[in-house]
Amino acid sequence: MSSVTLHDVRFVEPEGTRNYITHDYGALSWLLTKDHKRIAILYLFSITALFILGGFFAVAMRIELLTPEGDLLTSDTYNKFFTLHGIVMIFFFLIPSIPAVLGNFLLPLMIGAKDLAFPKINLLSWYLYMIAAVMGLYIIITGGVDTGWTFYTPFSTQYSNTHVFGVTFAAFIVGFSSILTGLNFLVTIHRMRAPGMTWFRLPLFVWAMYATSIVQLLATPVLAITLAMLMFERVVHVGIFDPAIGGDPLLFQHMFWFYSHPAVYIMILPAMGVASEVVAAFTRKKIFGYSFVAYSSLAIAFLGFLVWAHHMFVSGISVYSAMIFSFLSYFVAVPSAIKVFNWTATLYRGSVALLTPMLYILGFIGLFTIGGVTGLFLAAIGLDVHVTDTYFVVAHFHYVMVGGAVMAYMAGLHYWWPKITGRMYPEWWARLAALLIFAGFNLTFFPQFVLGYLGMPRRYHAYAPEFQVLNVMSTAGASVLAAGYVLPLIYLLWSLWYGRPAGPNPWGAVGLEWATSSPPPMENFHETPVVTWDAYDYPAMMKAMGETQNV
Amino acid sequence: MSDIAITDAAPEPHAHHPFLQHHFEDLGQQHEASTLGMWMFLSTEILFFGGVLCAYWVYRIMYPEAWALAAEQQNKLYGGLNTIVLIISSLTMALAVRNAQLGKRKATVGMLFATLLFGSTFLAIKSIEYWQHFHEGLFPGIHFTWNEVPALAPKVQLFMTFYWSMTGLHALHMVIGAGLLIWMMMRSWRGDFGPEYYGPVEIMGLYWHFVDIVWIFLFPFLYLIHGVHHG
Amino acid sequence: MLSDFPLWPDQASTVAPGVDALMTFMCLVTGGVSVLIFIVIFALAIKYRRTPENELAQDYEPPKALEAAWIIIPFLVFMVMFVWGSWLYFRIQRVPENALDIYATGKQWMWKFQHPGGQREINTLHVPVNRPIRITLASEDVIHSLFFPVFRVKADVLPNRYKTMWFQATKTGRFHIFCAEYCGTLHSGMIGWVEVMEPTDYQKWLAGGAEGSLASQGEKLFQKYACNTCHTNDATGRGPVLAGVYGTPVTLTDNSTVVADENYIRESILNPQAKIVRGFTGIMPTFQGQVSEDDLLKLVSYVRSLGAQKAAVVPVESASSKQTSAGSPLNPGAGIPPQQPKKGTTP
Repeated sequence: MSSVTLHDVRFVEPEGTRNYITHDYGALSWLLTKDHKRIAILYLFSITALFILGGFFAVAMRIELLTPEGDLLTSDTYNKFFTLHGIVMIFFFLIPSIPAVLGNFLLPLMIGAKDLAFPKINLLSWYLYMIAAVMGLYIIITGGVDTGWTFYTPFSTQYSNTHVFGVTFAAFIVGFSSILTGLNFLVTIHRMRAPGMTWFRLPLFVWAMYATSIVQLLATPVLAITLAMLMFERVVHVGIFDPAIGGDPLLFQHMFWFYSHPAVYIMILPAMGVASEVVAAFTRKKIFGYSFVAYSSLAIAFLGFLVWAHHMFVSGISVYSAMIFSFLSYFVAVPSAIKVFNWTATLYRGSVALLTPMLYILGFIGLFTIGGVTGLFLAAIGLDVHVTDTYFVVAHFHYVMVGGAVMAYMAGLHYWWPKITGRMYPEWWARLAALLIFAGFNLTFFPQFVLGYLGMPRRYHAYAPEFQVLNVMSTAGASVLAAGYVLPLIYLLWSLWYGRPAGPNPWGAVGLEWATSSPPPMENFHETPVVTWDAYDYPAMMKAMGETQNV
Repeated sequence: MSDIAITDAAPEPHAHHPFLQHHFEDLGQQHEASTLGMWMFLSTEILFFGGVLCAYWVYRIMYPEAWALAAEQQNKLYGGLNTIVLIISSLTMALAVRNAQLGKRKATVGMLFATLLFGSTFLAIKSIEYWQHFHEGLFPGIHFTWNEVPALAPKVQLFMTFYWSMTGLHALHMVIGAGLLIWMMMRSWRGDFGPEYYGPVEIMGLYWHFVDIVWIFLFPFLYLIHGVHHG
Repeated sequence: MLSDFPLWPDQASTVAPGVDALMTFMCLVTGGVSVLIFIVIFALAIKYRRTPENELAQDYEPPKALEAAWIIIPFLVFMVMFVWGSWLYFRIQRVPENALDIYATGKQWMWKFQHPGGQREINTLHVPVNRPIRITLASEDVIHSLFFPVFRVKADVLPNRYKTMWFQATKTGRFHIFCAEYCGTLHSGMIGWVEVMEPTDYQKWLAGGAEGSLASQGEKLFQKYACNTCHTNDATGRGPVLAGVYGTPVTLTDNSTVVADENYIRESILNPQAKIVRGFTGIMPTFQGQVSEDDLLKLVSYVRSLGAQKAAVVPVESASSKQTSAGSPLNPGAGIPPQQPKKGTTP
């Protein structure tokens, strides 16, 4: 078969070519599609809707927290809101987001394949997600759940009067969506790479998805069995966590965190992958220390399985156990630090374009750094005794999950929006939104570090009056943040009809996804590429393309 | 305007196999991908069962007497019989894969059917066992009336929680396996499989063997504990 | 003005300055490095910004030694944090000798404190300053967490298991107590005050509400439940002699040994078959369901009072206390009105 090399990247679109959007019309052609790109779009709609739902709970909580008394919502309602905020945001937004939207769309393109290894299982993943989401919605409407997203026993098994069984069953199902996505990606990366696409020519986003998929595959089943045992206890009224028959509530915590800690790496590794792509594209350089960054993804995935009990330092584990987990937690911080330094070093002698995706990623690097170093505070067990279960932890995880993962998701969405839709978004509105999000985020969450150290516990509906000023600051920030999130909803939608048509490669970036049209044809490439160039081989590409690209 | 044909990848040297999915380059790639996919799925099952097995071991170490006493309530005959039945079913499954590879249609169907038969035998024996245990008052919760050694009864109930949930999950996997076997039998009867395409039977075999191996762990853990207990 | 906008709570315990010192160190180091990174990013992004003259990056690979440097140096810094944090943690967990004992029970949604002299408090805890206080914690229902921000300590409180925490207050005053583990509807209402007093004031306070010490109340229960009919003071009894047992190792029928701490005594009352002393048979009846959590504390106090030896206290879980005993159905305890139904009805 003939090949497309970088030197042929001067693109001439065959007239009348259909792309994956125009290939077929009708709802069923989308709902029964096997095309990874269409499935990615299905996910895009779903997770955006769930993000808005999760955001609604957050807004309600922040308004309540303007005053020390619990005067807007009842205690039970507030407890349900923080529970549902956590469940929706973690299981239905963060964990799928980058893998299911950007990973699904881009992975075959980046490796030169026609689709993922198992297209029907890919569609099944989306349906499992939707079934779980509908179940979750039903539960919310019929009373919700108030256990916290962590479902600690015995409260969740024997004391809560809410739909614990239903919600854990929904989480169980959406877990399988995650497992199947991971399985699909792993087999795809192993078996479907185009000729010449060796492991060390892969984009770093692919390495990141590979590492993420390992975690999705191996950690999620442990959550599944933990929730299954919890469901058993809800129905039968005795179970393995029940002290009355000799069970141990701490066993639940160990089993739960064995998944839920690796889960945070499911959320951040793809974000780091996006960061590598955006930094490379907007500096027009290969990422400094490519192999270190690739290996660090694997290291994070592996080490992430060894640190779960750092969520349990005051729960009743032994002092020696605590020390071991503390040590390992410091260990897992090292590969993350490597990435931050490497991204920074890539800027040196690069050609840095401060366009929207890059602004988001620079924001990501900053906020992830803050979130990551506050993780070091929590790993210091003598310090953790004071700050655990306070707003310090809340601030820490929002810095990494929102300041980190969500910012990177926004970066990726903007970076690949032209590829996905064939349109450019309005740059100045996008930059404004990025700045609003960055500013609003910091105003919302930085005061929470102080609140936590001052002693305000988390999951508090009402609080001591001296905490009010910081809470008001936090809520003010949340309104700015919310405005920042609303803007992209509007202008990205606007761009679908009125955005400037993007060419195949509006950024002048190197990568197989940019070597096909925007939007791509159904089968991704008109001819299977044969890869003869390194990842991020900007010098070679630029020579090949001359000066024909415009940014 | 007429549709412009999109050039696909160059045609295969041999005729397009009816079961080659279009996103794969060739049957070899498809086979490798499917097999790898099944192994990965089995790794999730290892973590799934492994989770509850670890929990089981934590309590076994904490309550050795109660565990030994609870294991004595088990019917080793039924358990042992089931173990033999499953091992034989794995043999017939392996033979089914072999027959598929050799393109022996009727033999494949026959071996798949034999596997289904042994699998169903397992489920039948398990049902009898469950029924007996339930009537001995060994189901956790409000139906738990077993009280031969009152001091250890709560922890025997804990053991039984593990017994019922672990064997229940295993039996669920067997039922799913039985359904898959029927589907394989249908495809096999239709003549789908032969030397160049037998992947589905092979990965069916992988799944079935795995379910068998899970039982090989469950049987000694839940039936064969030797220990001292209060009379 | 700064006192109107504090960044940290009062330092009111012996470990608080140490915790704050570690916090300050972490803030300076991580803050400093973060700011450095931000400055570098900012500078590089400006200096190498894309201009028509700089469309393409310069082909340049910084030295690989840099990679090694920023792996090894952060790791060493992390190890300093690890060691410091661990050392502090040991200080926080290791209960000093001669600590004053307080018993705390958490239940939805209040804290009950009992002093050794029998004084009981709800949601308020009076303690003397400059004296180590050891709190033995238990929950009557779900997991709670007793948190004193000014002392910089907290510990989760579990059902069916005793745990210990300690602090030594260094400042008199009135400070917050919070529950720090979500426990249901009024989790944020499960708060109170710790009143740290001068020793003389504390004594005066104690004198105001004694019902007899916990141990003496326990002695009455010991007779009420007829424990003394088997656990006599000599070897002729059907049960082991309890005088001098507390804190000593006990050999069991399977020849293993266990230290007779509070958890062991409590378990022996609720589930006597679990650990039978060598040389005795398992004829002791169980008192599960008959003895409330409060009464259990009194009985344990009494048995403790019979043995003068103090155990080498390992405040966090030791191997013996990991054996959770079969618990009793939850009993709110004397005098407290029953709360709303606790058991979940919705599956």
